[in-house]
Amino acid sequence: MSTISAPGTDVPPAEVPDYPMTRAAGRPFDPPPALHTLQAEAPISRVRLWDGTTPWLVTRYEDVRALLADPRISSDGTHPHYPHQSPATKERRRQSRTFITMDDPEHARLRRMVTAAFSIKHVEALRPAIQKIVDDLIDAMLAGPTPVDLVQAFALPVPSLVICALLGVPYADHDFFQTNSRILVRGTTTPQQARAATQLLLDYLDRLIGDKLVHPADDLLSTLAERVRDGGLSRREAANMGMLLLIAGHETTANMIALGTLALLQHPDQLARVSASDDPKPIASAVEELLRYLTIVHDGRRRVAREDIEIGGITIHAGEGVVLANDIGNRDPTAFPAPDRLDVDRDPRHHVAFGFGVHQCLGQPLARVELQVVYSTLYRRIPTLRPAVGLDRIPFKHDGTVYGVYELPVTW
Amino acid sequence: MKVIVDQHKCVASGQCVLTAPEVFDQREEDGIVVLLTETPSAHLTDDVRQAATLCPAQAIWLAEQEEREDRE
Repeated sequence: MSTISAPGTDVPPAEVPDYPMTRAAGRPFDPPPALHTLQAEAPISRVRLWDGTTPWLVTRYEDVRALLADPRISSDGTHPHYPHQSPATKERRRQSRTFITMDDPEHARLRRMVTAAFSIKHVEALRPAIQKIVDDLIDAMLAGPTPVDLVQAFALPVPSLVICALLGVPYADHDFFQTNSRILVRGTTTPQQARAATQLLLDYLDRLIGDKLVHPADDLLSTLAERVRDGGLSRREAANMGMLLLIAGHETTANMIALGTLALLQHPDQLARVSASDDPKPIASAVEELLRYLTIVHDGRRRVAREDIEIGGITIHAGEGVVLANDIGNRDPTAFPAPDRLDVDRDPRHHVAFGFGVHQCLGQPLARVELQVVYSTLYRRIPTLRPAVGLDRIPFKHDGTVYGVYELPVTW
Repeated sequence: MKVIVDQHKCVASGQCVLTAPEVFDQREEDGIVVLLTETPSAHLTDDVRQAATLCPAQAIWLAEQEEREDRE
């Protein structure tokens, strides 16, 4: 602890709550109650992380949004006071630096190399292929026995097949990359395990990029290989970026599919509104509401102040860590009336489930289309879909950097 | 209403194209914002205002808003 010299770390330990906090029993879709209390009573206050550091936790929607877009806030993961999520995350970010933990101009240089693939037009062009993937997986589920684990049979394969096609990664390798990705997003992973999984994935991506250098195809890894050839990227930068896209491309959406389905099954009136409609507009709106309501990236966006920032009567000093709690921000009653109610008819597009500011999720247009196709198809094709076990027997990813369910046995 | 975009600030999130496709497009090579019209017709005002609000990089402004604030 003696190496930590950020101002404010001399706060008495007893007064600083640990973060992340625990969800209430039987309320798996709601953020921890302690976050509601902080939002109401101390919206910018210190919390204690796994390594004993005490960054600021920001819990009100307006403050979260303002700070995520504030140029005085840095995403530099190499800063000594950057509030890492876990020892494993810290190790992975040290080993594999990507634009997620960089500031401009470096961040913009790297991000702009891959933004074309996620433009609205490009992603819309993938919709028929995504629809076919979803239809085929549902056909296979209907032809198989019940109960079936929706995560393995559907939620994980949908985004994995999509991101594999987009990147040019062979889907046949899905066990390998899903297993190692899972290690990296699990909260219980040790730094040693994270290092090993990161290295395996980096070696794998580097090999694929090597292949694309020789045999370029119409995919994103070939685009990265082209940048390597013209000197715009190092081989290592290309592998780092490929790994980021592969993990982010399947883990997050897979959790939104399974957890979103479970949330809808627990709210039959809302599910009825979704499955009754084949109009794209209400479906798109339901996707936004589930993104807001579930906010699966539930351990806050991590930043460091690069200058002193006055906000809400508090001074965040230069060099202090900041955690922007977008999950509770998305439940702020000043931004979303009756925020704890799942209401697919509301217009919540201003939510911060994808973050905000220049680091807002690169893959959000793709995630939206995948979720729109899934939510508009699954419950229409299997109208009697239901969990095969009680809510109390479903294992939730409380420990993960991405929230969701480990498995979801369903029947129909 | 006059719309102003900053291509340097844009991060190609596509929020504006989803919100007001009559006014905004994205460059083919990198998804960066392209303004289709500087002065969209009045019925698009709400959509353009929402696009400006949703833009994560705050790369969209409405000149009309500033004038209104001046008047108030």
